[in-house]
Amino acid sequence: MNRAKEWRAGLLFISPFLVGFTLFTIYPVLASIYYSFCDFDIVSPTVPVGLANYRELLSDERFHHSLYNTLIFTLFAVPVTMLTALVLAFLLNMKLKGQAFYRTLFFLPSIVPLVASSVLWLWLLNPDYGLLNTMLRPVLETINAVAGTGFRPPGWLVDANYTKAALILMSTWGVGGSMILYLAALGDVPVTLYEAAELDGAGAWRKAWHVTLPMISPVLLFTLVMGLIGTFQYFSQAWIMTPNGQPGDATLFYALYLFYNAFLYLRMGYASAQAWILFLVIVAATMLVFRTTRRFVYYGGEGT
Amino acid sequence: MKQPPLKAILGHTALVVLSFVYVLPFAWLVTTSLQPDEERSKAPPAFIPAPAAVAKALEDATGRHLAYEPTGAHYVKGVTRVPVPLFFRNTLLVCTLTVIGTILSSSLVAYGFGVLQWRGRDVLFYVMLATMMLPGQVTMIPVFLIWREFGLINTFAPLVIPAFLGSPFFIFLFRQFFLTVPRDLVEAARMDGAGELRIWAGIVMPLSLPAIATVGLFAFLGAWNDFLGPLIYLADQSRYTLSLGLAMFRTQYGSEYGQMMAVATLMVIPIIVLFFFAQKTFIQGIKTSGMKM
Repeated sequence: MNRAKEWRAGLLFISPFLVGFTLFTIYPVLASIYYSFCDFDIVSPTVPVGLANYRELLSDERFHHSLYNTLIFTLFAVPVTMLTALVLAFLLNMKLKGQAFYRTLFFLPSIVPLVASSVLWLWLLNPDYGLLNTMLRPVLETINAVAGTGFRPPGWLVDANYTKAALILMSTWGVGGSMILYLAALGDVPVTLYEAAELDGAGAWRKAWHVTLPMISPVLLFTLVMGLIGTFQYFSQAWIMTPNGQPGDATLFYALYLFYNAFLYLRMGYASAQAWILFLVIVAATMLVFRTTRRFVYYGGEGT
Repeated sequence: MKQPPLKAILGHTALVVLSFVYVLPFAWLVTTSLQPDEERSKAPPAFIPAPAAVAKALEDATGRHLAYEPTGAHYVKGVTRVPVPLFFRNTLLVCTLTVIGTILSSSLVAYGFGVLQWRGRDVLFYVMLATMMLPGQVTMIPVFLIWREFGLINTFAPLVIPAFLGSPFFIFLFRQFFLTVPRDLVEAARMDGAGELRIWAGIVMPLSLPAIATVGLFAFLGAWNDFLGPLIYLADQSRYTLSLGLAMFRTQYGSEYGQMMAVATLMVIPIIVLFFFAQKTFIQGIKTSGMKM
């Protein structure tokens, strides 16, 4: 085939993508930049306002609150879920009977639709009749009786001090995806490395620390970055479980506030500005992660 | 390599305890959906469904409330309170179209990116990959306005048509698979005068059944679980998907836990069934794509 013909065939095959890409990515990105500098509510004409939206974000306390909530939540949720997945993967990687069964059990929650798992956990975390507090209550009562303390089961989603912890607890239930990735990575660690470490007199901890973790560090980095990006956009669970950021804006997450601005208050220009700040935050966080972890991530074939 | 006995015992113990922890929410979901309302104030809750006589005998024998008599009342009420069968049909329609559209378009595009050789191909491919980093919130508003301009708000079009235009993630997945198809096969077919479309349909696709299964499965799951899309585009209750219907149930009848869990159970069951039929595809798909659920 000659050059022009090859080119035509190539473009023809990717033409669905070209249409979709132009319509749903290139144009929206440009439009979104423009809107972010405009007053725009669908019904009245669009009015360019320069930096007014961005300036307003600087002084919008609910916006600050949503950014703070999201950063704090991400800071805890991502490591906690990664650690949970890692512990499960370590256990599943032991040479024991019934591993296929356990693997299925731990994996299943991660394919439960978000809306279904959200209403389920709403009920599990119910302060009065939820399973968690039903189980916690007798334990705390025993402790109280013995130690003379006054512990009470937390209000979880209705107590602003506990909402984020409650949501993080819920997220540890659905770590099956990362667990599978870690499990695959653990299986790929060459046995010879462990044998060499044993010859050098390394115990279980030293093997985990000096052999296993470095060998699976690329997967850890990958899930860390994907986890960050996903958690910064945390939305559905909060929308369903704690509408309006209740209690007291404690669960007003970034994407939630953005959605309210866009589709509830119809402040689409303002929401567009929010979206671009979110993009910058994600890029900054990703770059920060890549920089700070460069020393710790081991890629085979790079030498040391 | 067998584990030393102590380590094996500790490992087994941890696995059993954690299994209970991970299964408990499922047990609670099903139990609540089957229990009569008055059971719910009893602590500790009974988890074993049994005929009334058996439940009573068990209670007399052990002195503890372990079993309850199951009822289908929550299912009957939940399913009629909001039109669950209708939501189910809507969801199935969206899922089916999404799966067909995704497999067709993403594989065609992937053929253009992975099998054909042309100038500018790789640059464009990397541009596509780079845009996957863009958070959906950035494009969400203008895309909504486009559909509004077309007069297609409150239809399934905004949820389904994009699937027919290829999605970067699935294009990437197909392309990686196509790269493993022997080049000789493709070249030989070209020598015989087969057109590219023929080669795509007759050689590359039949050799890529695992990739098709993976993409189909994940596309289905994505559409089944999607909440934000329907939330933005579907206004009429008659168009709602299960996700949206269940969320609406929570908003309107959030204190009816029995019924809410019944509807949630109905939404979860098909996914669990699908998982047991396609377990290998699930696990393999996650491993090859790095996709987290």
